[in-house]
Amino acid sequence: MSDQTHMHEHDIAPGDEEQHSVGERIIGYVVGLGLALLLTATSFFIAGTDLVWQPSIPVALIVLAIAQMGVHLVFFLHITTGPDNTNNVLALAFGLLVVFLVVGGTVWIMSHLNQNMPPMDQFIQMHS
Amino acid sequence: MAMTATVGHAHADPHHIGLVVEHPGPAPKRTVTAYGFWVFLLSDIVMFSCFFAAYAVLVSQTADGPKGSEIFEQRNVAIETVCLLLSSFTCGMASIAADVRNRFWFYLGMAVTCVLGVIFLVIEFREFADLVSRGYGPSRSAFLTAFFSLVGCHGLHVSAGVLWLLTMMAQVFAKGFRADVLRRMMCFALFWHALDIIWVGVFSVVYLLGSGV
Repeated sequence: MSDQTHMHEHDIAPGDEEQHSVGERIIGYVVGLGLALLLTATSFFIAGTDLVWQPSIPVALIVLAIAQMGVHLVFFLHITTGPDNTNNVLALAFGLLVVFLVVGGTVWIMSHLNQNMPPMDQFIQMHS
Repeated sequence: MAMTATVGHAHADPHHIGLVVEHPGPAPKRTVTAYGFWVFLLSDIVMFSCFFAAYAVLVSQTADGPKGSEIFEQRNVAIETVCLLLSSFTCGMASIAADVRNRFWFYLGMAVTCVLGVIFLVIEFREFADLVSRGYGPSRSAFLTAFFSLVGCHGLHVSAGVLWLLTMMAQVFAKGFRADVLRRMMCFALFWHALDIIWVGVFSVVYLLGSGV
């Protein structure tokens, strides 16, 4: 890898790690897999159980999902906070901004529309 | 920013007396390629977020058809999830093997990834076929339209990923671990891991939240 010998002078590519031995890299993936499996199992357990307070379940599922996405980003995609990773993190931050604008904005606007508009059959009854 | 700063310094010190920190030049092609692909992946995730938004808006518009909790089978979803998660892991093993030029582990990792991806697709296809045969196709209600487009779009991505995976195995077989093949392999690994991230959103939002409603 001729271009990897100078890696530390440059930014690092998304998906690439700083130079580690093969063993360390494999351990990174194993840790990531273990954490992801743990979070997945927790999600499935919480979704099907009566043991926790029911209204907390949707919030818990979303928090677990975000945590698992974080685990994937760090251990599989190797997006870190290191100085050689700034470009990757900035691109990710912009992508997340757009995602939250799209999803949050849509849900917000559409729920207000639903509140302000009665269903069509009631609307017809009111005006006839 | 770094570039303009160094250019400014070069003008200030035209004879390289010693103040200038040499500009390292353009980044290696591996970095540039992967960064471009990373930006593409983020735009792909933005596209998925539109499908997620549509699903969130339409999830209760069942038009007297089935609700999510009546048609989702959590056991199948759990198997699909484990398949994708393990395939992400084996894909990581294959990319390590590619970096150290080990053909055996590369082929093994990619083959296992391929098998797990195909199992995922088969389960998903059978779920879709079962729903359609019961009359719960995408035209039944707005909820089912949103469900089929979101999950189906992810399934299409996985199908494309499996084709790409086979192409990578063929290229390594025919051309060996050349620099350009390794760059493609890195992009494929990014793609596959990103699909797994999207699946985390799908199973949490669609299947697990939906089964409680």
